[in-house]
Amino acid sequence: MTALLQQPGYEEERLQRVAEKLPCRDVQAGLLLSLMGQPQQYSFPSIFIYGHRASGKSHVLQVLLKELELPHATVSCVECVSVVLLFEQVLLSFFGCDAASLLPRSPSLSDFVRVYRQQCSQSPAKQTRYIVMEKAELLRDTDANLLPALLRLQELVEDNVTVILLSEIVWDKFRPNTGCFEPLLLHFPDYSKGELQQILSQDRHPSYSAEFYSSYINILLGVFYSVCRDLRELRHLAALNFSKFCEPLAEGKVKDTDTHKLWRNIEPHLKKAMQTVYLREVSSLQWEQMQQMEEKETGTVRGLSAHTHVELPYYSKFLLIAAYLASYNPARTDKRFFVKHHGKIKKTNFLKKNEKTSNHLLGPKPFPLDRLLAIFYSVVDSRVAPTASIFSQISSLVTLQLLTKVSQGDLLDAPKFKCAVSLDFICAISRTVNFEILKYLYDFL
Amino acid sequence: MSKRKVGAAHMPVGECITQVQEILRQRFCRQRVPDRPGGVEAQHKHLLGLLKRTAVHGESNSVLIVGPRGAGKTMLLKCVLRDLMEEKEVQKNLLQVHLNGLLQTDDRIALKEITRQLSLENVVGDKVFGSFSENLVFLLEALKKGDRSSSRPVLFVLDEFDLFAHHKNQTLLYNLFDVSQSAQTPIAVVGLTCRLDVLELLEKRVKSRFSHRQIHLLSSLTFPQYLERVQTQLSLPDDFPDENFAQNWNSSIKAVCEDKSVRDVLQRHFNSSKDHRTMNMLLMLCLSRVSVSKPTIKPADVLEASRMCFSDAKANMLHGLSILELCLIIAMKHLNDIYEGEPFNLQMVHNEFKKFLHRKSSSMYNFEQPVIMKAFEHLQQLELIRPVDGSSAKTQREYQLMRLMLDHSQIMEALQKYPQCPTDVKQWAMSAFG
Repeated sequence: MTALLQQPGYEEERLQRVAEKLPCRDVQAGLLLSLMGQPQQYSFPSIFIYGHRASGKSHVLQVLLKELELPHATVSCVECVSVVLLFEQVLLSFFGCDAASLLPRSPSLSDFVRVYRQQCSQSPAKQTRYIVMEKAELLRDTDANLLPALLRLQELVEDNVTVILLSEIVWDKFRPNTGCFEPLLLHFPDYSKGELQQILSQDRHPSYSAEFYSSYINILLGVFYSVCRDLRELRHLAALNFSKFCEPLAEGKVKDTDTHKLWRNIEPHLKKAMQTVYLREVSSLQWEQMQQMEEKETGTVRGLSAHTHVELPYYSKFLLIAAYLASYNPARTDKRFFVKHHGKIKKTNFLKKNEKTSNHLLGPKPFPLDRLLAIFYSVVDSRVAPTASIFSQISSLVTLQLLTKVSQGDLLDAPKFKCAVSLDFICAISRTVNFEILKYLYDFL
Repeated sequence: MSKRKVGAAHMPVGECITQVQEILRQRFCRQRVPDRPGGVEAQHKHLLGLLKRTAVHGESNSVLIVGPRGAGKTMLLKCVLRDLMEEKEVQKNLLQVHLNGLLQTDDRIALKEITRQLSLENVVGDKVFGSFSENLVFLLEALKKGDRSSSRPVLFVLDEFDLFAHHKNQTLLYNLFDVSQSAQTPIAVVGLTCRLDVLELLEKRVKSRFSHRQIHLLSSLTFPQYLERVQTQLSLPDDFPDENFAQNWNSSIKAVCEDKSVRDVLQRHFNSSKDHRTMNMLLMLCLSRVSVSKPTIKPADVLEASRMCFSDAKANMLHGLSILELCLIIAMKHLNDIYEGEPFNLQMVHNEFKKFLHRKSSSMYNFEQPVIMKAFEHLQQLELIRPVDGSSAKTQREYQLMRLMLDHSQIMEALQKYPQCPTDVKQWAMSAFG
């Protein structure tokens, strides 16, 4: 591994330490090192590194810059709500806090360059200075002159400085209209399955053998690899579920080489994890608590989405059902569903089977208030008077965001609404009031 | 590091390589001004004559240097200034003010910068001026020589000139050109811009005061000239300390440039863009592969560097997606094919995916709706799909219409390179309908 990381100008043992800290990333680290060259030489004014999340971009750069002790300033663009924070951070890292205080109150880019040039003439760079900007896609939303100026900072301040941008988004989406100084583009490829296995196996608990842990990682990757290849998520899942995996071993039921039994124990558990922890429906703490309870006590996991099943009053449920029917049935079919003695309605096969117009694919349609009340009165079994309590229930449904109001504010006597709940939700609600909603939906005829 | 003590002027290989890196990096990264401008002699002469007339004879002038990005405008100007400063009288008298449209985004900031660069801060002190032109005239008056007879000539260089045209009322430009037309102080205004239509951006009163002199830097290199340029850029100068090494290096560079595969690669680069910057980027990537263990540039280096320059970024990102996300993209491709590019939402994509699953009857990819939603949102974060319009507040997330930002051929190419792609997924992608 050290053969790849050789660069004159840096000490051998430091390079070796760097190589140890960067498994599976030697090629990229070597390329970066060769572009950086020796510390006192100039490097390309700006470099753009792109790659998926958790593909090691920040990690490689941080390890390189810290171990080799190069002057650098790391800025995350998420933290820089205003450019002042960026300028102060850079001046602080390179020249100390006195320089940062030289900036006027709301500095422009011109002030920053001026202060930098002043400081630089007093302490010129003996080694290349690096400015690393993470999440660089947020730079597109700031002032239009910031990104082009940063890309040619070396020329503007006449100093040995290189700006490195890290991002998930490709460079084509960054380019300004009239063009700019093109940075050198580097791609950090994603980890392959073997590399993921290698990196994840490094987190193993010292009291278990390496083969045991790698068989666990194998099972984990088998379940999750087709859905998620993000290293951070996989590490999180591996850490959370390892204790459950070791449970039969601790209870003495199986030996550690008995992979089949271990697999049978952990696999349903991992499937459940995919629906809950992976989606962040339950927090890691809740998950660990659940694991400690016995199987008979588990019951249903109340994830975050489950909390939207609030208990609604009786008429509100029917209002919601009526709203769903109004949103997803075309208006001309109301007669067929809700009038007692309807005439024949010809269902043309073409209209029904053309899936694109299936309302459940296109989304809910807006409906006026009168239509909602008409359907409501025919759906509710008892006689209901149109009192203010009914109307106030409609507005509380809007507040709960189960209905959305789509009309403009000035049309007070003809408000329009849309139903914002999913099919599963409305089926659950209609079950509680013994209403068979599927019989009334046009798409399910 | 091997030491070759063959002659007195020989250095060890490691030393030589360090020197080579130093020299070539100054050329590629720092864009050091060359001794002789290549291919722009006429423009050089024109500009030099113009500025000399301002500096020596006190004639006011204005000129715009227009050329696409990387054509060498700044390099031309630096070359001219260097030649101009060789005359003693000019060196003594001429003052320079360098402004940049990216930094001086406002006329007020620009004025402060002018004051600072002319070192007149003490003279201005705390004075408050009524208007921009008063301020500028005061500054220029302050530059008059001791006997009040004439003023020192000032050269204003405006980089990114088109950005100055976006300031309010174009005050700075109006005043500068006004001073250059009236016979007060001899100034020269040189603007550099990448926009060919820059004159359309100027207001009528500003345009009338401009002398309409433009120097165009449209590169007219032919392919043999381009090859020669590559060779000169990579060759070592004559004053390199170790002559033997320099000769070996230069001859190996010549051999590389004559190699057939390298010529094809350079032809491809030449066809896409002729400017200096892309050439420098390619040569920098070649240079990064030179090390002590491999002290020359070989044809394979050039091929590898070219491959890195031309690699498709989106295809690289597609390589790293999970199988579920790839299946969603294939479903979107089919929707695009069937409905001819109309926008889709998550429900439609999920429906399409479910049709594939029913046919294949494999329960491997039978995921629930929230998991599919998370994969869909990941694709949105990577900007591979984008919402159609901005009104995302009123519609639920599953029903928001999106468009796919990938091309048919990009998807098929990415599928070929995808590691361990299941065959039924590949077949689904290649089938014509659904």
